[in-house]
Amino acid sequence: MLDVFTITLPISGVPINVLLLVLLGVAVGVLGGFFGMGGAWMVTPVLNIFGFPMPFAVGTDLCHMAGKSIISTRRHAKFGNVDAKLGLTMLAFDVVGIEIGARLVMFLERVGLAGPVIRWVYVVFLFLIGMLVFYDYFKKRALDREGGTAHGEESAVRWHVTLHRINLPPIISFPVAQVRCSMWLPALVGLLVGMLAGFLGIGGGLLMMPALVYLIGCPTYVAVGTDLFTVMLSGFYGAFTYGLKGRVELLAVIIMLLGAAPGAQIGTIATKYVRGYGIRLMFGLTVVCAMISVVLKQLGFTTPASWFVMGGVSAMTLIVVVGMVRGAARELRARRQAVV
Amino acid sequence: MKPASRSHRVASALVVIFLVLVRVSPALCAAAAPDEGKLVHVADTRHLTGFSLFIANLYNTDRLLFTIFAIGLTAALGLALGLLMDAIVAAIGLDLGRRRVRE
Repeated sequence: MLDVFTITLPISGVPINVLLLVLLGVAVGVLGGFFGMGGAWMVTPVLNIFGFPMPFAVGTDLCHMAGKSIISTRRHAKFGNVDAKLGLTMLAFDVVGIEIGARLVMFLERVGLAGPVIRWVYVVFLFLIGMLVFYDYFKKRALDREGGTAHGEESAVRWHVTLHRINLPPIISFPVAQVRCSMWLPALVGLLVGMLAGFLGIGGGLLMMPALVYLIGCPTYVAVGTDLFTVMLSGFYGAFTYGLKGRVELLAVIIMLLGAAPGAQIGTIATKYVRGYGIRLMFGLTVVCAMISVVLKQLGFTTPASWFVMGGVSAMTLIVVVGMVRGAARELRARRQAVV
Repeated sequence: MKPASRSHRVASALVVIFLVLVRVSPALCAAAAPDEGKLVHVADTRHLTGFSLFIANLYNTDRLLFTIFAIGLTAALGLALGLLMDAIVAAIGLDLGRRRVRE
């Protein structure tokens, strides 16, 4: 019955169900807007399952990511969540780090160790990030039970306070993120994140978001918005280079965007109703999901790994949508009561 | 306008362009299978009609124009859909201008 929705894509010649593409767009839009990620780690394997050759999966994902990020970044900017100055400062050093990471990969490739080393480093970092987020979440809950954090601060993990003591000039203010620190702090963090992103071959949103929160000291919302801003810039360049290589399936991009538009709005608006720590906890769960998928892939279970990603993405999307609907209903109810 | 501020803006724009150019390259290098990336792909237009045929023809004839069209369309569609969704969400009655920060 669903065959009527199956079309053949004009460039790659891949037959695809339009409904599946729209649903994928919705899911990635929701999670991207909620966590501030491009979501390449989710979309690429799923498009691959749908029958896209890998270069087409990556190119199509990057092009769709750019369009989707415009929607989310606009919304986050209106909420006052985007610190463009901080994003560009980190990006400047991030690219240097990416080059270092990429050269390290080339070296490992020469000695024949690139694949397994990269995957296991990926697993270790995802594990560490996941554990850090969970540790922070549960420590914060314990502190709240005892009557609030010691310094009335939002974060239970306070590495950024120590890092802000670095007084190396120039000292810069990032007003949106409410951070004043040595320029060298975001520069160094950007460099490290870039090195890891370059080494692991990912967009970096998965690493940038926790780095902004725990090392720079951004509020969770600003970390999400600022990260999306950088993802948008990256996506456009990705679309450009893959377009020239002929690996962008434009019709699929358009169809996915039709789903991603409402999805990105839902994800972004959901951040309005969920506490910052709720976002951090769900981010931690998503990171664990990504980690398990990489481990499965490393052990040779490629198809189960992709299905695992699809399952995790679906479950997480459902949670965010429910959170957004409940929050919106509460807001509308409160407004009606105020009018009465 | 002061010349310093203009040059500052130009320098900033150049830095941004440079950063964007370099930002995703390793991800792209790592993600793209090198052998497949070198293959010249030609879209089969025999069974296509309408917009699909237009895309495929553009793809086959001028790759740069196809890329510019793809980026322009993606950006325009993202913006248009964003505005449309804004209007729909505003019509529902949700406040999109303010938020309470709660960590």
